Parts: sequence; C-alpha cells; structure tokens
Amino acid sequence: MKLNFETALPKLVFAPGFVMGMAFIYGFMVWNGVLSVTGSRMLPNYNEFVGLAQYVRLWESERWWVALKNLGLFSVFYVGGAMLIGMGLAIFLDQKVRLEGALRTIYLYPMALSFIVTGTAWKWILNPSLGLEKLMHDLGWRSFHFDWLVQSDTAIYCVIIAGIWQSAGFAMALFLAGLRGIDDSIIKAAQMDGASLPRIYWRIILPILRPVVFSTVMVLSHLSIKGFDLVMALTGGGPGYATDVPATFMYVMSFTRGQIGLGAASATMMLASVAAIVVPYLYSELRAKPHDR
Amino acid sequence: MPHKLISRALVYGVLLLAACFFLAPLYVMLATSFKDAEQIRSGNLLSLPHSLNFEAWTLAWSSACTGTDCRGLKPFFWNSVIMVVPAVLVSTLWGAMNGYVLSLWKFRGSEVMFGCMLFGVFMPFQVVLLPMSQVLGWLGISSSIGGLIVVHCLAGLAGTTLFFRNYYASIPKELVNAARIDGAGFWRIFFRIVVPMSTPIVMVTLIWQFTNIWNDFLFGVAFSGADSKPITVGLNNMVNTSSSVKSYNVDMAAAVIAGLPTMLVYVLAGQYFVKGLTAGAVKG
Repeated sequence: MKLNFETALPKLVFAPGFVMGMAFIYGFMVWNGVLSVTGSRMLPNYNEFVGLAQYVRLWESERWWVALKNLGLFSVFYVGGAMLIGMGLAIFLDQKVRLEGALRTIYLYPMALSFIVTGTAWKWILNPSLGLEKLMHDLGWRSFHFDWLVQSDTAIYCVIIAGIWQSAGFAMALFLAGLRGIDDSIIKAAQMDGASLPRIYWRIILPILRPVVFSTVMVLSHLSIKGFDLVMALTGGGPGYATDVPATFMYVMSFTRGQIGLGAASATMMLASVAAIVVPYLYSELRAKPHDR
Repeated sequence: MPHKLISRALVYGVLLLAACFFLAPLYVMLATSFKDAEQIRSGNLLSLPHSLNFEAWTLAWSSACTGTDCRGLKPFFWNSVIMVVPAVLVSTLWGAMNGYVLSLWKFRGSEVMFGCMLFGVFMPFQVVLLPMSQVLGWLGISSSIGGLIVVHCLAGLAGTTLFFRNYYASIPKELVNAARIDGAGFWRIFFRIVVPMSTPIVMVTLIWQFTNIWNDFLFGVAFSGADSKPITVGLNNMVNTSSSVKSYNVDMAAAVIAGLPTMLVYVLAGQYFVKGLTAGAVKG
C-alpha cells in the first residue's frame, strides 16, 4: 500500500497544476471558440447559435482590416528594426570593448519597464507641439515639422519606433549570447586567410547564428501579435481607430462595445496566427532535445 | 595603426550613440518630472530643470486626478503590491514543484504533458479573457485583487514550470538515485537536495514573475474594478484623462513611480533578469 502511494505521489503533486493549466490553456481556448459561434453581445449567450456569422462579420469589418494592416506594418518594421539594431549592437559589443557590462545594462533596461510606462514617455516625446518638434526648433532646425502621432496614416510608425526602442536590447542580448558561443579560432583562421571583418561576419558568423536569428524572429513576431499595452498607452488605438491592432480590437469589442461574439472571433484569429508561428517552432525544439543531452 | 585607431573610434562612437538613444527617454522623463509648467513651455525636451522640484512627484503620488478621483497613484501602487506578492510567490512555488516532478520523477506521458503546457507560454491571452471573466464571476471574485492573483498564478504557471524543469534537468540523476537507495522519499529529496541547489533559478523566476505581473496591463484592465486597479491601469487612466491643461511633469513623475520597482530590481539583480529573458526565448 505504501509503495503505491510513493509511486503515485509525483503524479498527485503534478496533477493540480496540470489540470488547471490544461483548463486555462485548452479549456478556455475551446470556450472562447464556443463564444465565437454565438450571437453574444453584452453578456455571453450560449442559446443563440449563429454558426460562422461572427467570422463573416469580422472579415467584412473595415476596422478589422485596419487592425490587420497595422499588425502587418508593425510586425515587419518592429521585428526587422529590433533585429537589425540588436544584431549591430551585439557585433559592436563583441569587439572586446571596455564598459561592456554597463552598455549592455543600458541597452536592455527598457525591457524591465512596462509598455505603459515607456508609452507614456514616448507620448510626451512625440507630442506635436512641445516634444521633438520644439527641440529641433530650439536646436535651429526651424522648418522641422513632426506630428506623426496625431495623423491617422503615420501614428502607427510612432508605435513602431517605441516598440523597436523597447525590444532592440532584447535582440542584442540573444545575439550576443549566440556570438559568445562561437569559437574564436574560426574568426582567427578566417583573418589569417585575409578575410575582412565585415566579410567574416556576413559569410561565416551569420550563417552559424541562424538558429539564434530564427528563435529571435519567433519570439519577436509572437510578441508583436500579442502587442496591446504599447498601442493603448501611446495612441489608445486612435486617432479614431487608425492604430488599432487585433489585440486592441479584441479588447474594445469584448469589453467596451458589447460585441462579445465578435471579440471572441477575433481572439480565435489571433490564436490561430500565433499557433501557426509557434507550434512548428516548439515541435522542432522539443524534437531536437534528446540530441543535446 | 591609424587604421586600427579609426575602427576603434568607430566602434565606441556607435556604441555610445546607441547608449544615448536608449537613455534619452529616461532622461526626458526625469528632467520633465522636475520642471514646472512654465519651464516645460519655455524649455525643450532636453533642457535641464532649473531645480530639483518635487512638486509634480507629490502630486502624482497622492493627489493627481483621474476623472473625479483625486488620490494620485498611491492606491493603485498598493493594489499592485498586494497583487504581486502572493501571485509571484504562489506561481514560483507551484512551478518549482511541477518542474521537480517533470525533471526528476518522470512518468509515462509526462514529457507530452509538459509539451502541452508549453504552449501556455506563447498563447495570446486574449483567448482566455472572455471565459476567465465569466469564471471569475462565478467564483465571486470578479473585479477584485483576489481575482487578479488567481489569473496571474494560472497565466504564469507554464513559464515557471518551464524554468524549473529545465534547471532541475541538469541535476545529476545519480545524486537522486543514491538518495533514493538510502531510503529518501519524494519530499525528503526535494527539501534536502533539490531546494538547497535552487537559489539561482528561484531568483530568476521570482524576478521574471515580478516584472511580468507588475507590468501587466491586459489582465489589469480587463478584470479589475474601481478599487482593484493595478498601477499600470491607474497610470494609463491618469495620463489619458481628459483635462483642460495637460501636466506633463505630473505624467512623467507618475510614469517613473510606476516603473521604479521593476527598474530597481533590474539594477540590483540584472543578471537574473537577463537569464530569464534569454531562457524565455530559447525553449527546451
């Protein structure tokens, strides 16, 4: 009897976490899916089955298309910008510089701050009258004009700038860790052969770093799909709904506009896009594991 | 040699320029928070404040208005503290026990179970918002700090389990087997062998969870009521409250106050934070 209890104990300890984790992740996923095929408005209403009508509405909604377009712009520039700056900084930091620790700390501190905090700061910096524009005027650039934050077609780029600023240090940390894993002798050997440093990085180091590049893209792009706080802090989705992204669309429909069914449908679309990126990645990571050990 | 000198100057030049770019918003926040309205109007983003004027800080902390509520950030700050402490402790402890089972007491199917849980690290939490708010209602804890604590424990569980599992996987099997032959059981091995080795990963997890939960906005805005708003929601409402005159100095002081706890943790224990970040990126 005691033996049985001893062997069951680990399972008993893990059971609550597993059951609640599964309920939270997959149970709610299904539940959200159920909501998305109902006509729920202010309150969930499970008696009114509408089939895929909410999805049809979603894809016919102009606001959803604006949100998707913004997500597209944001993902491309945010992921690309953070990667480029992060990789550049990592390569420069890897040149045996003094103060490396201090510089790393400076590049990475935005990641410790809430997007609401940094968004508030950027909102002030980018505000059209007293912000960057005034600074440039005082520095002598009289004709400088900057009102991107309040223009419908440019406000999303303000979100992108703040996003890149927040995350570039994170990309830097990942690349630097990757660079440190590369054997110095490879670089030395290439230098003996007369290869220039830029050429060595481009032709030798970058290909070695491909897995790091890959996982950085994965992480940043799934972050961009989930992106919510920064938009809320910087523009609140405005002007109008010009800077809406799927995450803010979902929130507004579900919690302020009383369109729970539509909100649930948009959440399902977000889930599908994150899953499309992450599941193959997780699968390959988990499969690759036994060889590492 | 001059060629070498130029390239060194270039390296340092670029790195220092980048440092300025990253520090500029922090400088602007601090400088603005010490200015009064007149200085903000006459100066610019980079101009130094004339003196260390803490008026905006006092306002932001205890009497700035959000709509008709003029209690400053203070109540929201304490809401966040009351929310973050239990949520961080419970999710860390829970993750440690899960990770211990999944690494040292593997059973048939445990790897697959872990794989299923892993998706919880990446999933967009928008999917759980609507069902969760209904469950919180049924439990009678909607719009309360208690409800937020429950949500954060559940949302963080996948991540903390992952952290501990990967860390405990590096404990030599022989050590555990030897203890088992000596008659030590599940709990004895946990408390006598595993826990004493856990300090680094406990630090990483505590800091990771603290930063995530303190900075959370999505759950805070969706699940809190008038008296349970966390600091991020309080800050956002204060800054976006429509008043006739915008007091940017108060906004900046409020933002610094809201960022101070995580910033402090980052400065004091940065290496653990970075480990958490990179561990979160390279799974498995």
